[in-house]
Amino acid sequence: MLAGASADRIQLVVCCGTGCAGAGQAICAALEAQVKRQGLEAAAEVMPGPCRGMCQMAPTVAVLPDGLLYCRVRAEDAAEIVSQTLGEGRAVRRLLYQEPAEIQSLPTWKELPFFSKQVRIALHNCGFVDPEQINDYIARDGYRALGKVLTEMTPESVIKEMKDSGLRGRGGAGFLTGLKWELCRKAAGDVKYVVCNADEGDPGAFMDRSILESDPHSVVEGMAIAAYAIGARQGFIYCREEYPLAISRLQAAIEDAREYGLLGENILGSGFCFDIALKEGAGAFVCGEETALIASIEGRRGEPRPRPPFPAVSGLWGRPTNINNVKSYAMTPQIIRKGAKWFSSIGSPKSPGTAIFALTGKINNTGLIEVPMGIPLGDIIFDIGGGVPRGKHFKAVQTGGPLGGCLPAQSLNTPVDFDSLQEAGAVMGSGGMIVVDDDTCMVEFAKYFLQFAAAESCGKCIPCRVGGQRLLEALQRITEGKGSRKDMAIIREVSQHMMNTSLCGLGQRTPGPVLAALRFFEEEFRTHIDDGICAAGQCKPLVRARCINTCPAGVDTPAYLAMIAQGRYAEGLEIHRERNPFALICGRACPAFCESKCRRGELDDPIAIRLVKRFMADHEMSRPWTPPPLGTPQEREAASKKKVAVVGSGPAGLTAALRLAQYGYKVTVFEKLSVPGGHDELVDPPVPPAARAAAGGDRQRASGGCPDSLRQGPWAGLLAG
Amino acid sequence: MPILKTLQDLTLLRNNVRQTMAADLNTGTAIYVGMGTCGIAAGARQTMEAIQAELEKRRIDARVSAVGCIGMCVKEPLVDIQQGGGSHVLYANIRPDMVGRLIEEHVINGRPVRQWVICRIPAEQAAEV
Repeated sequence: MLAGASADRIQLVVCCGTGCAGAGQAICAALEAQVKRQGLEAAAEVMPGPCRGMCQMAPTVAVLPDGLLYCRVRAEDAAEIVSQTLGEGRAVRRLLYQEPAEIQSLPTWKELPFFSKQVRIALHNCGFVDPEQINDYIARDGYRALGKVLTEMTPESVIKEMKDSGLRGRGGAGFLTGLKWELCRKAAGDVKYVVCNADEGDPGAFMDRSILESDPHSVVEGMAIAAYAIGARQGFIYCREEYPLAISRLQAAIEDAREYGLLGENILGSGFCFDIALKEGAGAFVCGEETALIASIEGRRGEPRPRPPFPAVSGLWGRPTNINNVKSYAMTPQIIRKGAKWFSSIGSPKSPGTAIFALTGKINNTGLIEVPMGIPLGDIIFDIGGGVPRGKHFKAVQTGGPLGGCLPAQSLNTPVDFDSLQEAGAVMGSGGMIVVDDDTCMVEFAKYFLQFAAAESCGKCIPCRVGGQRLLEALQRITEGKGSRKDMAIIREVSQHMMNTSLCGLGQRTPGPVLAALRFFEEEFRTHIDDGICAAGQCKPLVRARCINTCPAGVDTPAYLAMIAQGRYAEGLEIHRERNPFALICGRACPAFCESKCRRGELDDPIAIRLVKRFMADHEMSRPWTPPPLGTPQEREAASKKKVAVVGSGPAGLTAALRLAQYGYKVTVFEKLSVPGGHDELVDPPVPPAARAAAGGDRQRASGGCPDSLRQGPWAGLLAG
Repeated sequence: MPILKTLQDLTLLRNNVRQTMAADLNTGTAIYVGMGTCGIAAGARQTMEAIQAELEKRRIDARVSAVGCIGMCVKEPLVDIQQGGGSHVLYANIRPDMVGRLIEEHVINGRPVRQWVICRIPAEQAAEV
C-alpha cells in the first residue's frame, strides 16, 4: 500500500521496484526536474515507490491522491505529465492504464448461469468486502440506511416502508416482517428487545452463517433499524456456538460499530440509543424456535412454550420482543435505502424479494445463491446448480431442511416461493436445498431427517417426544425389510397426531419429510415392504452390493470379478451361470446397470464390468461349456418321459428351457418372431451381427442339455456361452 | 476511530474511505481471497499465506484482503485479482502450489491464467451497492 498521501501536496509515485529500478530512477529525476522547472515544488512531490505488480505496464507513475496510473512512462513524457496533471489538472489520456484485452475478453459473471439468474440483495456485499473492516462496509453505503431512518423517518414510516415492501420473514414461516414490527411497537411496555435468530441448525444449511461471516455489519444495521422502528434499545444475536468464525466476526463488527458510535448512546446525534449483545447457543436445534430461543437467552432450559402470548407481546423477560432471522435483517438496510417499491418489484406478488438457498447434495455447483422468488425449482437445480453430477438422474430435492419435505422431478416447474412450495407439498424453510439422485433411497433419506428431528426433540411435549420415536421405529423396520403395510398406516396416523398436537414447530413438522416421501415415493416404500427390495441400493440389510442389487438377474458381480482378477475364468463363469447362464451375450448386450451403481464410479470411473465379463466368457469359446445334468439319475429318467413347451425365447424363456433340459425334460421353445432371443435380441442398439456370429460359431455349439429346437440356430451358441 | 456524530460525518467518512480505496486500487493490485468457513475448510488460509509469501519474495506491494464467500463453495479456495481498479478476475480452486504461476502470469504480466478462470466481474458491477 502506498504511504499516506498528504492532502495538500500531489504525489507522483514512480515505480522503483526491482524490475524498474533503473528506468524508475531516470523517470524520477526527469519528473523532479520538470516539477522544479515549472515551479510546482509547493504543489507536488516526486517519490520512488515499491513494485505494485502490473510489470507489463512498467514503469508506472501513480498520481495520488487522485488515483491516476500512467503506464509505460518514458523520461520524455515527464514534461507532459507535470504540465497537464499538475499544471492544468487533467490526465494525460494516452498514458492512462487500460485493461488488457486478454482480461476484457474473459466471460463476465453474467454470462454464467450460476450468477446470471441470481439477484443479490442480502448477499450483495458477500465476497467483495472484508468482513472485519467496517470501512469496507461504509464505502459501499453501509449504515446509510440507519442514517436515513434516524434523520428522515419516524418509526411508523419505517414500519410502513417494511410493510409496503412485503418482506416476509426469511426464517421459514413467512410472516410479514413489517407487521411483526408493528405488533411489537404497539405492544404495551417501555422496555422492548430485538433479537436476531442465528441458530441455524439444519443439516446442509449455511445461509445465515455465510452472511454473518461475509457481511456481519448488514445484520447489525438491520437490527438497529428494527430497534428504532419498534422502540427498543437493546438487541441480542443468538448465534450457535458451532459457528466460531461467524461469532468472532460479529463480535468485531459490533465493537467497530460501537467505536464509530453507530451502536451505543445517541447514534448519529439522533438521540436514539441501541446496543447489541451476542449470545452463543449451545447447539440445541429446538433453540431455533423463538420461545425456546428466548428461554435460552434468559438462561433457562431451551424449551418452547405454548403461544400466544407471542414474543411481540411477551418475549424476553416478559417484554415485547421482535425476533427475525439473519436474512430478514440483512435485507432491511437495502429495503430502506432503495425503497419498498424497488423490493416489491422483485420476486412474485405474494412473496416479494429474493430467497437465499444453500445448494448441497448431488449437485454440481454446491454453494450459496440468492434468487428472485417465483423462479422455477428446475432453474435453480439445473441452471444455477448445474444439474446432477456424473450423468446420474435427478430424483428429488429436499427443501426446508429436516422439517421440510422433498419434491420429485414432476415438481421441477414449481415456482419457488412460500405459497407455491407449500401447495406442492414442501416448505420454504430457511433455505437449505438438498438434491439427491437415483442412488438415494427415499425411505432411508426420510429416516435420516427423522433421526435428526427425533434426536433434537426437547422432550417437553409427548406427541413430539414419543411420536418421533414411533415414526423412527416404523421406518427402521421398513429399511431392514421387516416392515409391513401396517407400518405405513402407523406413519400416517402418528404423523397426523404429531402435527395436530405438538407444542412447537419442531414436533409439528417432524413428520414432514416422511409424509412427503410417502406421498411422492409410496411405491418405494411398498417394494421395501412387499418385496424386500431397495432399488436404490442404500438400505444395508436389503443390499449386499449395489451392483448385485441393481442387476435384474441378481448376478454376484463382485465374486466373479474377483475370479477374473485371479485368472480363474471357469469358476467366474460358474458363479455367473448360477443366476444367468448367458454370460457371453450378457457381456455384449447388457445395459450394464451394475456399472451405473459401481462404488468405484464415485471415486473416478466405474469398473468396466460388462467388458470384463465378455473377456471372461470369450475364454470359453475354445472349450465350450457342457451344461451338467441336474437332479438324480432317477429324476432325470422320470423327467425324460415328459415334454415341456416354453413359450417365448427371451432370456427368461431360454433360462427356463435350459434348466428344464438339465433336469432331463424334453423341451421345445416356441417363438413368435423369426429370431430367438427376445429382449436380448431386440435391444436397441441390437446385438451386432459380428458378435452374434462370434457367439454362434460352430465351436460354440452347445450339446447335451441344450433344447433341441434351438440347437441348429445361431442362438445355440449364445445359449451355451 | 472518531465517533460519527451526524449523518454528515458518516457521509464524509464514506467519501474519504472511497477515495483512499480508489486511489489504492486504481494504481495497484488487489487480491481477494474468499475466507468464509467454506473457503478456510478448502484451504484458503494456506493459499492466502502462499500469496503473501510469493508477493514478499518478489517484493510486490499488493493489497491482499480476506473477504467473505461469494457463494461458489464448490470452487473454493477462490482468489480474485483486480488490477488498476479494473475487472475482478475470479479464479477457482487455487491451491498454494498454483500461486506462483498466478502471480507471475497475472499479477506481473497481466495475462490471466485462462484455464483457472471462472469469470470476470466488471468493476462497476462489483462496486454496485
